[in-house]
Amino acid sequence: MSGGHSAFDLGTLDRLGRGTSPIHRLDPRAKLLVTFVFILAVVSLDKHAVGDLLPFFLFPMIILARGEVPFRFVARKIAVVAPFAVLVGIFNPLVDREVMLRIGEVGISGGWLSFVSIVLRVVLTIGALLLLVATTGVPALGRAAERLGAPRLFVTQILGLYRYLFLLVDESQRTLRAYRLRAPDGKTPSWRLFARILGQLLLRAVARARRVYDAMLARGFDGEVRLIGDLRFAGRDWAFLVLWIAIFAVLRFLHPARLLGDLLLRGTP
Amino acid sequence: MHMADALLSPEVGGAMWAATGAAIAVASRRLKRTMEPQQVPLMGVMGAFVFAAQMVNFTIPGTGSSGHFAGGLLLSVLLGPHAAFLAMASVLVVQGLFFADGGLLAMGANIFNMGFVPCYLVHPRLYRPLAGDGSSLNRRRFAAWFGAVVALQLGALGVVLETKASGIAELPLAAFLAAMQPIHLAIGVVEGLITVAVIEFVRRAEPGILAAAPAPSASPRRAVIALAALAIVVGGFLSWFASAHPDGLEWSIARLTGETELASPGDAVHEAAAQLQERVAVLPDYAFPGTGDVQGPSAPNAGATVSGLVGGALALVLAALAGWLVRRRPPRARAPAT
Repeated sequence: MSGGHSAFDLGTLDRLGRGTSPIHRLDPRAKLLVTFVFILAVVSLDKHAVGDLLPFFLFPMIILARGEVPFRFVARKIAVVAPFAVLVGIFNPLVDREVMLRIGEVGISGGWLSFVSIVLRVVLTIGALLLLVATTGVPALGRAAERLGAPRLFVTQILGLYRYLFLLVDESQRTLRAYRLRAPDGKTPSWRLFARILGQLLLRAVARARRVYDAMLARGFDGEVRLIGDLRFAGRDWAFLVLWIAIFAVLRFLHPARLLGDLLLRGTP
Repeated sequence: MHMADALLSPEVGGAMWAATGAAIAVASRRLKRTMEPQQVPLMGVMGAFVFAAQMVNFTIPGTGSSGHFAGGLLLSVLLGPHAAFLAMASVLVVQGLFFADGGLLAMGANIFNMGFVPCYLVHPRLYRPLAGDGSSLNRRRFAAWFGAVVALQLGALGVVLETKASGIAELPLAAFLAAMQPIHLAIGVVEGLITVAVIEFVRRAEPGILAAAPAPSASPRRAVIALAALAIVVGGFLSWFASAHPDGLEWSIARLTGETELASPGDAVHEAAAQLQERVAVLPDYAFPGTGDVQGPSAPNAGATVSGLVGGALALVLAALAGWLVRRRPPRARAPAT
């Protein structure tokens, strides 16, 4: 949940979003749509599906490899948010005890299958979302959402929040670093000192907020934020969109994992 | 209190997105007609304020757990329901994208639970009637506190109901409710106190902003500054001293797990757990045959077959191989010219 997030993660993800890999260069609309279809395909599988889920790892792995996103970064972020779904899912083996699968003498209950399925779903859905943001960036995603029909006002609000967020977090981080340099024992500031630091921050925030708003007015701000940057849906974007959705359809409806397994275990599909 | 993609069925996730999407469209249209230009930066800063506030966990007295600020009712009181809903929705979208709280499909449900509920249910139906005409300060304070408590309870209830309706998790309804509602009551009490304190602060700094329908005041600048300052205080600073306790939701489930394990011997649940443990422990000893009892007698589900698992594992290996083959190496640093 939100407790484990640090401000530094914001900067990392934002920086990744400015990359120039082949995935970054795709139209954000194509990536947004493909990711959404991917998540729909994953969560619409049967709740006991385990084997059928595994081939879906193809998509995040390709994006990870082509998009120059560090594997560790994605893995760590998934580990931070996984606990909620995993803790809710851990009750499945206790409740659903009917044996669904036999491997020789050993019976595996439906609850264990659905629990493993939930864990795989967490990795797939969260991984795909993180990769989308890491290869696209929030501003481009906002533009994509607007072109796909999201209200302009709402997109403006998201982009405004995004901009202010970095200003506020950066400001406080700098001030805190200045404090720590002057307090080598690393103690938390006393409340008097704390109040002074806050006063400093307040003055700077005042100055910055004035500058930003005045700058907006000076550039002819009339209440409407105009989004620039032309999106062009080129051939490779169509190829990306159509190809991946076709692959998801095959993985979702033809169950290649079962065919592959039959081929391997029995020699006949 | 974020709903997760992994626990959500496409039907429930789609329905929640439809409701949320419609609400976003309506709120945008309404707001566009009444919005002042100054409100553009104000809403941005307010959203950043709530975002920063949510990054800080506070300890819930007497439980050893911690929770974080939600802020939906606070925004409704400060901005009016439409602007507040859009600001909350933007917070949850960016949070969902950056921290992967929940996921893309669950975003609709999360915006509904933490945005729609406080802004469009609690604020008009509970806060407004309780606060009355605003002549009594204590009445307004109580309305804000109580409204925040109820909003959080309804939000937690939303998570439980959406999980149950999806049917992926098997956790019984009563147990889930018993885990979720009390801990969010404790968080809600603190959330209510913070809400009242912040409203009081804004009332002193910029009373104009509190006019229920955001009446254009002389200058919202001071309120913007005050909230920006609060955002810095809460987000940038306190997070360094934020408690290391697990989040309330995880804590309540951990507590539930603890109780299950402490059940008396012979208890059905305990026995089942032991049996399952036995079964799983046998698994590594099992030599895998070429064929064997592939289709178990009670395996009606075609997805749950040995060949499905083996094939899936093979596909996973192939996928990893494909990723390795097409990977892009970061460009090598050029050797310095001699």
